Amino acid sequence: MAKEKIRIENVCKTYEGKSEVKAVRNATLSVKEGEVVVIIGPSGSGKSTLLRSVNKLEFITSGKIFIDEYEVSSPSCDIRKVRENVGMVFQSFNLFPHLSVLQNITIAPMKVKHMERKAAEAKAMELLFRVGLAEKAKAYPNQLSGGQQQRVAIARALAMDPAIMLFDEPTSALDPEMIKEVLDVMISLAQSGMTMLIVTHEMGFARAAADRVVFMDGGEIIEQGSPSDLFDHPANPRTQTFFEHIL
Amino acid sequence: MQNENSQINSEAKKRKAHLGKLVSVDPRSPKKGPVTIMMTDGVLIPKKDTHVFNSWRTTFFGSILLLVVLVVFKPEPYLKIFQVCASGIPVTFECTIFAILGAIVIGLFCGLGSVSKHVVLNRISGVYVELIRGIPLLVQLIFIYYALGKLAHIEGMAAAIVSMAICFGAYMGEIVRSGIQAIPKGQMEAAIALGMSRTQAFVNVILPQAVKIILPSIGNEFISMLKDSSLVSTIALSDILRRGREYISRTFLSLETMLVVALIYLIITLMLSRLVGLMEERLSSNG
Repeated sequence: MAKEKIRIENVCKTYEGKSEVKAVRNATLSVKEGEVVVIIGPSGSGKSTLLRSVNKLEFITSGKIFIDEYEVSSPSCDIRKVRENVGMVFQSFNLFPHLSVLQNITIAPMKVKHMERKAAEAKAMELLFRVGLAEKAKAYPNQLSGGQQQRVAIARALAMDPAIMLFDEPTSALDPEMIKEVLDVMISLAQSGMTMLIVTHEMGFARAAADRVVFMDGGEIIEQGSPSDLFDHPANPRTQTFFEHIL
Repeated sequence: MQNENSQINSEAKKRKAHLGKLVSVDPRSPKKGPVTIMMTDGVLIPKKDTHVFNSWRTTFFGSILLLVVLVVFKPEPYLKIFQVCASGIPVTFECTIFAILGAIVIGLFCGLGSVSKHVVLNRISGVYVELIRGIPLLVQLIFIYYALGKLAHIEGMAAAIVSMAICFGAYMGEIVRSGIQAIPKGQMEAAIALGMSRTQAFVNVILPQAVKIILPSIGNEFISMLKDSSLVSTIALSDILRRGREYISRTFLSLETMLVVALIYLIITLMLSRLVGLMEERLSSNG
């Protein structure tokens, strides 16, 4: 049996404020090595919050999160070491606008891993080639289309040689005709054996690329299973209603 | 109409040239066929005043012309006044340049302090900003000037520079803070998600972008510092204004002297504001 890469145990996240918002309630989930897990669910169901707590961009209120043997949720954990190993792709790309495409990809390996510029650039070119953007190395992010920017963002995350990739609605900010080019890159990444945890609204992608689909609603994990099980025979009435609304 | 629309969308340069030909909804414009209400990719913000006699040019060349006419056709007393006052220009610049360098350093710390999560640092910069903003500049300058003289025994130019730097450091701090806060949160998240420390992310990602945003504001601050340096002249510096006032006390030509002083300040300020404007345009054009 494959090794467990991410383990989420009874995680709760409550936003304090005028009115308490329970974004995530008692979520338990594990992702095995090489597995592609897609989280789906209506807006505000806590999918992104759960994903962002995996690399501690959100601090969880209770519960535990492990990546390999590290407990990410413990205060003593050196989160930077974990983040080096966990790539993240954002909905809004978040490329660094003042740096060229090549510099966007090389900056983290050079600053964090103290890689030589030459080696970092060679690796960056290789990754750009892989996402089909080798000719854009000298361009700046604002000269690229949304789809191209997101592919650069994927290359940037891959430059750190992560063992796990997190995707936070990677295609939600894209025009329809650009979604495919990003999904194609993600599918080829999944085929290469990368461990991936993905939040998305692309049901076609979930069906095609996921090993397991997780349905969240109201901060809870309602149901999970293989794509065909979940899409074709949803057991829970909430899952059924969700699919009725979108399909 | 459709043709016009697609042309508009094509290129900004074309748009500029094209705008003149469009039928506008301005009632004063000459009527040319049916009125078209333009739908573009943005609101039709009135274009910058590109007329040959725009207000900047009118003021700038007007003031130069006036000064030249005065000096050439009425050299007695204007040539003498001009020579006396203009000899203060280097002093004004020296004071302003050093003071703004000091203000930038203070402002950087103050700006970092006010975005910091460290409570003590945050309070210190907060109190500093509140204190400085609540007291009239002239009062502060005089107070700091005398305080410096008492405590550290520095006087003259150095004291003027230090007091200006302290006063303007607070405003600079607010500029730095707004620049940092203008950077979307996602930039910091992306950087730390890649494994950078917060400091690394700040130095490599946030600060370079913030600098680009605040550069025009620093330029504007420089201009207002240059003008406000005239306040220091009341106590320490023999700058443009001080030399003018000394000249008045010798000759009683108050109106003539102040006219020249005003023109000199005006010409310098207009030149600088033009430079800041160009800088702003360049920065916004390349991203």
